[in-house]
Amino acid sequence: MTPRPSLHPSPHPPPPLLELRGVSRTYQVGDQLVHALVDVDESIPEGDYVAIMGPSGSGKSTLLNVLGCLDRPDAGVYRFAGREVQGLADSELTEVRRHGIGFVFQFFHLVPRLTAAGNVDLPLLLAGLPRAERARRVAEALEAVGLTDRAHHRPEELSGGQRQRVAIARATIMRPKVLLADEPTGNLDTASGVQVIELLEELNRQGITLVVVSHDPHVARRARRVLVLVDGRVARRLRGEEIQVGILPFAEQESSP
Amino acid sequence: MTVPEAARFAWQALAAHRLRTLLSLLGMSIGVAAVVILTALGEGAKRYVLGEFASLGSNLLIVVPGRSETTGSIPGLGGTPHDLTLEDAAALEREVQGILRAVPIAIGTEYVAHRERRRQVAVMGSTEELLPVRKLAVARGRFLPPSELERGAPVVVLGRSLATELFPASDPVGQVVRVAGWRLKVIGVLAPRGVQLGVDMDEVAIVPVAIAMRLFDRSSLFRILLEARRHEELDAIQAQVEEVLAERHGERDVTVLTQEAVLASFQRILAALTLAVGAIAAISLAVAGIGIMNVMLVSVSERTSEVGLLKALGGQRRQVLGVFLLEAGLLSLAGGLVGLTVGQLGVLLLLELFPAVPARAPLWAVVAAVGTALVVGVLFGVLPARRASRLEPVAALARR
Repeated sequence: MTPRPSLHPSPHPPPPLLELRGVSRTYQVGDQLVHALVDVDESIPEGDYVAIMGPSGSGKSTLLNVLGCLDRPDAGVYRFAGREVQGLADSELTEVRRHGIGFVFQFFHLVPRLTAAGNVDLPLLLAGLPRAERARRVAEALEAVGLTDRAHHRPEELSGGQRQRVAIARATIMRPKVLLADEPTGNLDTASGVQVIELLEELNRQGITLVVVSHDPHVARRARRVLVLVDGRVARRLRGEEIQVGILPFAEQESSP
Repeated sequence: MTVPEAARFAWQALAAHRLRTLLSLLGMSIGVAAVVILTALGEGAKRYVLGEFASLGSNLLIVVPGRSETTGSIPGLGGTPHDLTLEDAAALEREVQGILRAVPIAIGTEYVAHRERRRQVAVMGSTEELLPVRKLAVARGRFLPPSELERGAPVVVLGRSLATELFPASDPVGQVVRVAGWRLKVIGVLAPRGVQLGVDMDEVAIVPVAIAMRLFDRSSLFRILLEARRHEELDAIQAQVEEVLAERHGERDVTVLTQEAVLASFQRILAALTLAVGAIAAISLAVAGIGIMNVMLVSVSERTSEVGLLKALGGQRRQVLGVFLLEAGLLSLAGGLVGLTVGQLGVLLLLELFPAVPARAPLWAVVAAVGTALVVGVLFGVLPARRASRLEPVAALARR
């Protein structure tokens, strides 16, 4: 392990919450092997705020999926809160996701037939919590994202920003250690996007570890640290303020992950 | 996630696609209703026929000409059975021990006319003893008078509807009708009786057997009915009858049926009918099951991202499996119950339209229909549900 020039704000970094050691992930697409991640080493301590940037196909989403225990690395070690993940059975991975990780997606992924409250309730329902406690926590979570008055609206009756806030309430209702957001502003207008990012940052200030994948430099530069992926490798590690809007390490505007 | 919670989730998913849900529900209910109605019909036909035979009493023996087994003779050379004659009937009454009565029956179709009104009916030749054997009753006038077998007065007893057709306004008793050139005096009208042994007793003209033989210009009887004194002696009587007739004809060329044997074979035929009809209906159930599979497959592929989402949010594989199986189960259960209701209403309608046929779905058919619906639905739901539960969350989420 080569010691890296410290990007951590403290000289005595806390033990990493997410730790990747030599992680690789390869896909077979047709007769072609796609090296989505190549030998990635990265530690993300608890409470960190990290943005992942990179061109389309650079492995951003794969990295996020590995971090979120949705996908397993082919090689290397991934530890979540000190626990090696790649050897776990599906049901154990599900447990890790259930209690440790919240997801926010570009396309919100709200269940269209359920109300806002119903969507926020889903993780609690799957975890088998008693009804009364679920109702209380759902109400709290909706209040935290400022949507108490929209609790009984279906997603189609909500604006994009409101939908993403419902999704954030859902992602945080199990009080996970880490929140993984894949292009959370990708489908929003600027004003709603800023609202959503500010909500995520507020959660980060309260202690949740935040990892955001975004191609938008306006979003990425707000993070404490920025990882720039190129061809499945971490090409650069920057501080957020080093990202300059307009003078980008790459010039690309993609519309979907 | 408790079962009621999962069921509620599944129900919401079904409710979100009302048309699709209703259509597959329709398929399942048609299948179940078909099973209920068709088996009820089969069962009704069976009870109807059995009831008809049972009304004759269980002490009855039926002698019919011809033998239902293969003989060694060359066709056309001595293989033809002898006629069953009036003399045979007389001999049986005389010689067979243990019988109450021997009733000859000759039957043919003739026009019965009164003035301009004419009606083609079954003309039945018999004796006064037909009345007790067939458990008939006379509404007006009297039945055939007792007489020697070979003789008969030119009289006739009319079935109920035949009488009202020929004599819409007047009392038929004492009037004269023409049958095949004969003038016969109407001496009585039967009470309504309905179909018995394949003959509509309301549309029949009963004449003395000797008259009938001359009307039809025939020497052969249709059959001879024997009523035994005691049920236990049926076998002995059957043997005696065969012996007496073998002696008279020179060979064993008649068949003696007991009412029980006839009943048993009818029962077999009708049970096979009910089963066949039930099997046809079961095919429609299977088709309905495939319909449910179709709906569930569409439902799974349409909700791929939802499956991925459930997994990302901490849903276990068996929870996803459970939700989709419950969906299929709810669909087929609802279809089964609707089908059962429709089927029973259909049976009630049948009873209303054909009161003579006691249509009623047998319990086994009802249980089997709803049970099959449920099993088929869940079974055909397994494949899509497994597919859903095995979706990789990443791949599932990648789709919008």
